[in-house]
Amino acid sequence: MDIIVTFLLLCGLIFFTGGAVGIIRFPDFYSRLHPAGKLDTMGLLFMMIALAFYKLHHFSLGDVLTSLKIIFIMVFVFISSPTAIHGIVDAGVNAGLTPWTIGDERR
Amino acid sequence: MSSIFLYSGMFLSLLMIVSLYRAIFGPTVLDRMIGANAIGSQTVVLLILIGFIYQRVDMFVDIALAYAMLNFIAVLAASRYFQKRKDLHDELL
Repeated sequence: MDIIVTFLLLCGLIFFTGGAVGIIRFPDFYSRLHPAGKLDTMGLLFMMIALAFYKLHHFSLGDVLTSLKIIFIMVFVFISSPTAIHGIVDAGVNAGLTPWTIGDERR
Repeated sequence: MSSIFLYSGMFLSLLMIVSLYRAIFGPTVLDRMIGANAIGSQTVVLLILIGFIYQRVDMFVDIALAYAMLNFIAVLAASRYFQKRKDLHDELL
């Protein structure tokens, strides 16, 4: 039980680390959206599954309700985070930001 | 098991500092919004971890849900606002 929860937490932290490093390292606005949208959502998915699973350790009705709320946060973020990233990229396209190509300076 | 949650929370707050670099030094406004969005989605997990450390998850899960909604609405409203601006190239707001 604890081993599974620890493994899922570590998976989520690895995804979050990749997202943070990608946000720092990528050269362009459009390429930075990729770690921000995907890896953060995936890390949150893993960590929320781990925490909801750990909450069911002592089984009672209140714990089931709390686990359901954690799962609901996960579903909400899974829908809303790509929507927010899509709004940001729409603003970038409308503002006229040009994509980065090979040989350009890093921004 | 509580120490694992504590160390995960500490590592997550370290990652929030790393994401804060992009929110401070981003060349355009939209880069700052990416950094703020990443910090928000890490804060949701951090709130639940704090709830497990303090043994009050039933209270902190509602705060985390409200924070997730607030983060989503803030980013969406700010991106709708900056959609009308045409001069985001060299701007250092």
